[in-house]
Amino acid sequence: MKILVAIKRVQDYNIKVRPKSDGSDVDLEGVKMGVNPFDENAIEEAIRLKEEGFASEIVGVSIGSSLSQDVLRQSLAMGVDRVILVEAEEVLQPLAVAKVLKKVVEKEKPDLILLGKLALDSDAGQTGQMLAGLLNCSQATFASSIEIKDGEVFITREVDGGTESIVTKTPTVLTADLRLNEPRFVKLPNLMMARKKPIETIKVDDLGVDVSSRLNTISVSEPLPRKEGIKVKDVKELLQKLNDIEGLKI
Amino acid sequence: MNAVGSAQIWNGSIDILIVGEGIDEAAIHASKLDGVDKILKFDAPHLNHSLAEDVANIIFKIGKEYNVIIAPHTWFSRNILPRAAALLDVSMISDVLEINEDNIYIRSTYAGNVHAKLKSDDPIQVLTVHSSKFNAVGLNGNAKIIDSKVPEALNLSRWEKEKKIESDRPPLINAKVVISGGRSLGSAEQFNEVLTPLADKLEAAIGATRAAVDAGYAPNEIQVGQTGVVVAPDLYIAIGVSGANQHIYGMKDSRVVVAINNDPDATIFKFADYGLVADLFEAVPEMATLVSKT
Ligand SMILES: Cc1cc2nc3c(=O)[nH]c(=O)nc-3n(C[C@H](O)[C@H](O)[C@H](O)COP(=O)(O)OP(=O)(O)OC[C@H]3O[C@@H](n4cnc5c(N)ncnc54)[C@H](O)[C@@H]3O)c2cc1C
Ligand SMILES: Nc1ncnc2c1ncn2[C@@H]1O[C@H](COP(=O)(O)O)[C@@H](O)[C@H]1O
Repeated sequence: MKILVAIKRVQDYNIKVRPKSDGSDVDLEGVKMGVNPFDENAIEEAIRLKEEGFASEIVGVSIGSSLSQDVLRQSLAMGVDRVILVEAEEVLQPLAVAKVLKKVVEKEKPDLILLGKLALDSDAGQTGQMLAGLLNCSQATFASSIEIKDGEVFITREVDGGTESIVTKTPTVLTADLRLNEPRFVKLPNLMMARKKPIETIKVDDLGVDVSSRLNTISVSEPLPRKEGIKVKDVKELLQKLNDIEGLKI
Repeated sequence: MNAVGSAQIWNGSIDILIVGEGIDEAAIHASKLDGVDKILKFDAPHLNHSLAEDVANIIFKIGKEYNVIIAPHTWFSRNILPRAAALLDVSMISDVLEINEDNIYIRSTYAGNVHAKLKSDDPIQVLTVHSSKFNAVGLNGNAKIIDSKVPEALNLSRWEKEKKIESDRPPLINAKVVISGGRSLGSAEQFNEVLTPLADKLEAAIGATRAAVDAGYAPNEIQVGQTGVVVAPDLYIAIGVSGANQHIYGMKDSRVVVAINNDPDATIFKFADYGLVADLFEAVPEMATLVSKT
């Protein structure tokens, strides 16, 4: 089995990103960046499937500027075999990313295609499902467990009010939830070794796909903060306050 | 109901798509929603578990006749709608907070820290809406129910089994009161012992932080936040919750927020209307005793 993992470079999850003062875009100047957390779970799962003997090769792919080399190197250090950077100067929207990934899938012909369930910057959670639709192949989103038995892929996934188990035919697109696994720490020597590995680079324009933006950002702003609340001194006062709120029945 | 409310902004006629097996009752219920024209019912055995491939295929088949395709932002539609959008070759706008004229939307990005105002140029608008931001419509309508011809099963995946959490409590997503516990509850036993009496009194749903879920104190399904469920009850009580960004994402639209934490500097207090600095193991039982509602 061959696995393709899509890896996005996003802001560190601890960082509170703010809009630029003119509201034209977010301010990412000097912000710490790294592998999107859910993609880290996707990488980890691919490596585990290889360690368990189910996968033969893992290819990582990222779409972005040359800065995305760092997340690809991180994935190599974790245990990905080979990586591809599709270079695009503009930030692509999920539909465009899905179209680019479709091209990569057609070239690489993986059996499993792993993505994160959501990118921390776009908050979209769309790319995997879009890719599966474009490929007319099966999909299993928000996966908290992935197992391979007799050539079939068994997935436990999140649904409203619980979980469900489904079985998909390959090729299949899976999106990883944080619960899927605990990503391994990268050891420094592995990171040093990853620096020396080649990164196959493709220009997005050479793929011949329409990557234009359909959604145009007019402005960005900080959400209104909640009105500063008050501290109550004890449980009695708390209940009194709550009882005084109109329409709230306590 | 809120999705129908949000769809009214376009002033067009509104149809509802219902997919499943044996869904007559659901179709009749939907037909009563105010302002709805038709109910398109796709009823077939292979649709009983609403596999994404088959449902998206149906939306693709009928979608070209619509200007707008809208659903509430639930796990169900998050799974299906992006696939349908890609088949229709249009983009999708997730978790919309506000809809303005001319297909201009406001949605949150960067883990809820930034609101983006954007305009869509697509011929079909595909979106999921943040239900609590839109008004629900009433139930005095009388829409036509149309039995539609179901496309053949795609057989790309198959359903095995499901595990729904069984509980007498109201479901987390639409509970009027939610009380959430964090890692500080210390164990699964204490999580239940401390929170259940108060939840019973308040007829509340119980939620948890990711740290509580990871520690095995609470099941996955009740995690509130960016990776879990987004709730917006009338009253949200955060108990021993630090207030991490990712948790706030899931509860900041609640009408009234109460936080109980023994650290006066905990971030959660910035998001709480009423903060109580106290040991939860004392305050919560006391609260359960003093609350009069039964
Ligand atoms: C990509 C990503 C997604 C995530 N998604 C989510 C998500 O959806 N939901 C989520 O919740 N988290 C999520 N997290 C995790 C999040 O960052 C925090 O780690 C988590 O919310 C912390 O949970 P907590 O408040 O229970 O624990 P802690 O941060 O450990 O806080 C415990 C709090 O309890 C207080 N306390 C301790 N003892 C007592 C006592 N006796 N009485 C009163 N108070 C006490 C402490 O003062 C402290 O404030 C995510 C993280 C990442 C990286
Ligand atoms: N530019 C990109 N490069 C590589 N993978 C991406 C990119 N954008 C999105 N993805 C993948 O798609 C997932 C979901 O992204 P999104 O739909 O934007 O929330 C991410 O977790 C990644 O696995």
